[in-house]
Amino acid sequence: MTPEQVLQIAAQGVAAATPYLLAALGETFGQRAGVFNLGVDGVMLMGAFGGFYVALQTGSPLLGVAVAMLIGALMGILMAVSSVTLKAPQGISGIGLYMFGLGLSTLLFETLVRSPVPLRTGFDRVPIPILSDLPILGNIAFNQNVMVYAAFLLVPMAWFVLNKTVFGLNIRAVGQNPQAADSLGINVDRVRYLALIIGGVLGGAAGASLSLAQTKIFQENMTNGIGFIAVALVYFGGWSPMGVMFGALLFSIVTTLQLWLQALGVQISPSLITMLPSVMTIVALIIAVRLYRTGTPAALGKPYRRDEA
Amino acid sequence: MNKRWIAFLMAAALVAALVLGGGAAQAQDKLRIALISPSAQNDLAWSQSMADALKAVQAELGADKVELTISENLFRVPDAAAAMRDYAAQGYDIVIAHGTQYGASMFEVAAEFPEVTFAWGTASDYGEEEGLTNVFAYEARAEEGGYVNGVMAALLSKSGVLGVVGPVNAGDAKLYIDGFTAGAKATKPDIDVKVIFTESFGDTAKATESAKTLISQGADVLTGSAQQVPGAITEIQAAKGFWFGTQTDQAAGWEDTVVCVQVFDWTGVIKEIIALREAGTLGGKAFAISLESGLTMKFNEKLSIPDAVKQAAEETINAIIAGEIIPPGSPRELEPAATPDN
Repeated sequence: MTPEQVLQIAAQGVAAATPYLLAALGETFGQRAGVFNLGVDGVMLMGAFGGFYVALQTGSPLLGVAVAMLIGALMGILMAVSSVTLKAPQGISGIGLYMFGLGLSTLLFETLVRSPVPLRTGFDRVPIPILSDLPILGNIAFNQNVMVYAAFLLVPMAWFVLNKTVFGLNIRAVGQNPQAADSLGINVDRVRYLALIIGGVLGGAAGASLSLAQTKIFQENMTNGIGFIAVALVYFGGWSPMGVMFGALLFSIVTTLQLWLQALGVQISPSLITMLPSVMTIVALIIAVRLYRTGTPAALGKPYRRDEA
Repeated sequence: MNKRWIAFLMAAALVAALVLGGGAAQAQDKLRIALISPSAQNDLAWSQSMADALKAVQAELGADKVELTISENLFRVPDAAAAMRDYAAQGYDIVIAHGTQYGASMFEVAAEFPEVTFAWGTASDYGEEEGLTNVFAYEARAEEGGYVNGVMAALLSKSGVLGVVGPVNAGDAKLYIDGFTAGAKATKPDIDVKVIFTESFGDTAKATESAKTLISQGADVLTGSAQQVPGAITEIQAAKGFWFGTQTDQAAGWEDTVVCVQVFDWTGVIKEIIALREAGTLGGKAFAISLESGLTMKFNEKLSIPDAVKQAAEETINAIIAGEIIPPGSPRELEPAATPDN
């Protein structure tokens, strides 16, 4: 493998990390607030379809992303209503949300679009002047589409919001000890609603990045489980945006590497190479868990009831 | 009083028998066909090839003669098996289990409902060993059209690199890909055919990434099978290359990119199954569609394809039908080669 090929793999892998990264960043907000949303894949599918359909009809991928984020917000509210207001078990609510998103996006696609068609007006690469000419980093970091830039810019932003703002402190507080937060006058339910809405918005954007930038197509169930991997990436990243980004990059670069190895004719069974990203992720997960012990938000997965405090 | 009640009940029973019996007779007039498919009926691939054929047969014979029900997206075998049993129990005449993975379950259900005709593919086993007489099997000689596509792809490629976005290295996909590779190599021995398997049929993102990878490595003509390919076609469209397809016509939306598609046309198979059933034969036969009958090389009329390429394709099609070219995987490979008298 030539150095040039290594750089190409890295550039392709960075772009391919986008839907994982956006979805996992969104999930990080929910989980830091104590809500475990397994429905990300369904949110992504709704975002992918909504964004695709709007871009197909209007020719504007930006409008598509906006609609995808709005749909994501609504899906986040739906999750919040069932798991925060009605206190339904989070795992079951999430699976329900996933199935709802899968079913509705399929139904809408079959009714409104019917057959796969390519999107002529998706997000193409936008090389950033000067920076994209940099050796090595130029092509990897500065010759991507806007969804990629946005996703990676969100990493420091998410870190800042979670760690340096009052809102972030509230999120962490209701995720660690909702009783204590409540006694300090923080509205636990409202914070969890907002965290789930942020998660939905980013999940919708993740879906849109898939249908508007990465593939420029919509097909039913096109996420093929990316949302579930995103949930795992949150654990992998130790509930920190930087860790999540590292996990998303590792997963998608190794995935890209295995595609390149196959095309280069490396004589390994494709089934074996296909396992590579998952195996690498499990190994890294084991190492990561040993490295940082700050770990799980204490109230993760537990509906908060004031009377039980 | 009692007698009047009995009379009333008898009359009611008579009316009910007439209505229900009439209804049953009416239902029996109609041939009821159920399709169970692993992916969506609009997948531009395997499932759509059968759904399109069934709809065509229904249109030809009339919706008043043929009732068609499709259960799609039943990739999981237990779900598909439940659907098969359900349709058989509901009195459907023909149940088509459109996937190799359905075989074992379908044989079990077929044994329970000997009056119902079952058909499945890709397969050549119609349950003779199991003692079944109500199962048909069907398959496509996908290597034939694959070979023809390979010949054209080699002629159209300027870079000398062809790319294949494959699902798994098995079954119908393997036949197609091996045929494609052989056709390309026979045309240009030094051509490079790069193959990536996604190990999935429905991973749109990975198929797209595979296409990106192949294009990065110099491929200017791509092909691939399974329902996951639309993203890959879009990718080669953006790179201004060409695409060759299989299973269902994929040109709509990619008119400037798709050169030719090997279309699986199952209408002949379905009509024969219907005719055999009407003549009292419920199963016991394997069908194979090939370039001779059932497989159509559909050229994209909206794309100007060089005459030399089209001519090479026509010659290859004729040579395959005549048995002068035997693509890898063909059952003819097993037969003694027809050697000229010497």
